[in-house]
Amino acid sequence: MNVVPISYYLVLSAILFGLGVVAFVFKRNIITIFMSIELMLNAVNLAFVAFARAHNQLDGLIFVFFVIVVAAAEAAVGLAIVITIVHNRRSLNVENVDLLKF
Amino acid sequence: MSIPFILFFVFALVAVGGAIMLILAREPIHSALSLVLVMVALAALYLLLGAEFISAVQVIVYAGAVMVLFVFVIMLLNAGVEERTNFSHMAKYAGLPLAIFLLFGLAHWMAHSAIGATVANGVGAPNQAAVSTSALSTMLFQKYLFPFEATSILILIAILGALVLAKKGTE
Repeated sequence: MNVVPISYYLVLSAILFGLGVVAFVFKRNIITIFMSIELMLNAVNLAFVAFARAHNQLDGLIFVFFVIVVAAAEAAVGLAIVITIVHNRRSLNVENVDLLKF
Repeated sequence: MSIPFILFFVFALVAVGGAIMLILAREPIHSALSLVLVMVALAALYLLLGAEFISAVQVIVYAGAVMVLFVFVIMLLNAGVEERTNFSHMAKYAGLPLAIFLLFGLAHWMAHSAIGATVANGVGAPNQAAVSTSALSTMLFQKYLFPFEATSILILIAILGALVLAKKGTE
């Protein structure tokens, strides 16, 4: 074996996305949960680049570009929300933020 | 064993190891640093796939700007060790085997699909010149001009949203 098939990249992307989901579910710290969302976005970007390479088209790379822009905007707004929540609740644990819980 | 193959496995192991460290680390700052590790490894993988511009943007925007924002907020909020919840029995005995089964099913399906066998790098890969930065910018400013302008409005809205939230927090 002397070349890497696209499927290896896709499986790596699936593993990283799965680890992101696991981190999202099991973490209790609100900032770490935010970081696991970034991990999932990165995994999807890897799949986009791999498919762009496989089809030899640039549209996938443009999509990665837009995903990065949206992730940056999301991080700015999300971290502002995190700061507001922590100022109001005095805690980083998501289990203390249960205002909408019935 | 060729060089692209070895490089792919080295960076894939670094990425997966970083993601596992993100889950296992108890301090948020350790999680943030392992996420930087994942992003740098992914940037190297983008280089292997022939996407130089995306690789540079990954390092500058993700590993640089976004993660600095995260580290700044961790420092600002003085985030300490988090308490950990136990795995439920359902997660341990049903979730874990199911996740491994789904992963192997997915890997099997991808390896036998029509697109999966396409060679990414090394001998027989699609021509390298097609993924140049100039071709990328031509496409971005011609075919995708409207989405590009729409993202500028999105960033403006994000700035306004962050400002409004920051102002509320100080009251």
